[in-house]
Amino acid sequence: MEGPFATAFGLLLAADPVLMQIIGLSLRVTLTAVLIACLIGLPLGAALALARFPGRGPVIIVFNALMGLPPVVAGLIVYLMLSRTGPLGDLGLLFTPEAMILAQVVLILPIVVSLTRSVVEDIWAEYREQLQSLGAGRLRAVPTLLWDGRVSLLTGVLAGFGRASAEVGAVLVVGGNIAGHTRTMTTAITLETNRGNLGLAVALGIILLTLTLTLNAAAWGAGQWARGRLG
Amino acid sequence: MTPTRRSALLGLASSLAMLAALPAAAQEFITVASTTSTENSGLFGHILPIFEAETGIEVRVVSQGTGQALETGRRGDADVVFVHARAQEEAFVAEGYGVQRFDVMYNDFVIVGPSDDPAGVRATDSAAGAMAAIAGAGASFASRGDDSGTHVAEQGLWAAAGIAPAGDWYLSTGSGMGATLNTAAQVPAYALTDRGTWLSFANRGPLEIVSEGDPVLFNPYGIILVNPERHPHVKADLGQAFIDWITSPEGQAAIASFEVGGEQLFFPSAQ
Repeated sequence: MEGPFATAFGLLLAADPVLMQIIGLSLRVTLTAVLIACLIGLPLGAALALARFPGRGPVIIVFNALMGLPPVVAGLIVYLMLSRTGPLGDLGLLFTPEAMILAQVVLILPIVVSLTRSVVEDIWAEYREQLQSLGAGRLRAVPTLLWDGRVSLLTGVLAGFGRASAEVGAVLVVGGNIAGHTRTMTTAITLETNRGNLGLAVALGIILLTLTLTLNAAAWGAGQWARGRLG
Repeated sequence: MTPTRRSALLGLASSLAMLAALPAAAQEFITVASTTSTENSGLFGHILPIFEAETGIEVRVVSQGTGQALETGRRGDADVVFVHARAQEEAFVAEGYGVQRFDVMYNDFVIVGPSDDPAGVRATDSAAGAMAAIAGAGASFASRGDDSGTHVAEQGLWAAAGIAPAGDWYLSTGSGMGATLNTAAQVPAYALTDRGTWLSFANRGPLEIVSEGDPVLFNPYGIILVNPERHPHVKADLGQAFIDWITSPEGQAAIASFEVGGEQLFFPSAQ
């Protein structure tokens, strides 16, 4: 039997159409989930850092704790919402890529919110007087603070991406691992493990890690580039 | 923001938007809740392309244990269920969740175990006798433990042997057939498996078939349309078209022609 590295390399080299479809779907689901989580989580995290309201502490604690939400629980919650007998059942979204995106947003939103809050709080503490002397109110300072913290925030976004691309529990429950439709890298790895094709399962794992590595390298490179250009 | 940065960001944003907007198949489809044994063996990969080419109806299979597949049908999250636990299937229809059960095919269960056979199962002449030998020797046994069709069949065998399995030797994995076989191969332990999954399973380790052929190991599969009266969104016409096809001479021939390693895995049984 050839080793898993050789299998992985062979699969990639042959641009196996089934594999390419699975990789495409995995990237589509996870990147869309990251994008949505950022659109909601970055402003929400920054607002949470700056706003002062009763119950702010408990809200922060809940978001921090939800970073440890087990993927299968996130999947079950979304499953029960989207099931035909659930409150959003009429949308018919269960066992679709959209359901998987929703489950992953639930998973990574707490990471983006919590890490953004932490980063923005630190920057605010540092530049508070400066920003206030320029006449910027707390909430009007949000875009500036997010922009200032972009390199640190990128780490939070990457953590979210890592969690989403690595998890299998949520996408398996809400997606159903349907061949050609909702089968992602992680659910395919689970399936091949269950078929006893351990070599192929490891090969798929190597490909997934390579993808993650490539994206992280690109993000790091972009961060370095931004740092270099803007000082 | 400099123009290059802006265009880079715009490019990133638009490629993300494109990823999000990849066209979904406009084709008609049905969702079938089925079992791990049919999916893991590769049967669907063999027969579904034939059906899809002929009718243009895409079949999306969610493979679960029989218990979970029937629950998916009860909730209305599938149009058709295709499973193997007769009593549960009949209850599903009797409760009004399914329209009617049709026989599709059968295979059989086999008992696999370590090749050195520490419990002496090969010397027994019935499945219940095999289970009694395993329990008597306290030899490890890996159970699905997940209310699947295979788990239900296993519980029937213990009952026939007059044994309530419990103890360190009885390992309830709570997982699918393949995962349970992976566990059994490592321990090593005895296990009950459908022949289809076994024949297509690649990580057998020291396991081999130690007991087979007892008529109680017969494993029939049935197909049921989820009742559109209970769940109006069920695609009754498309689902019935699939049921009609799989029970037709053509569908039955497709099932019979599925082989792994030159061995036929499922035997047509539609009336």
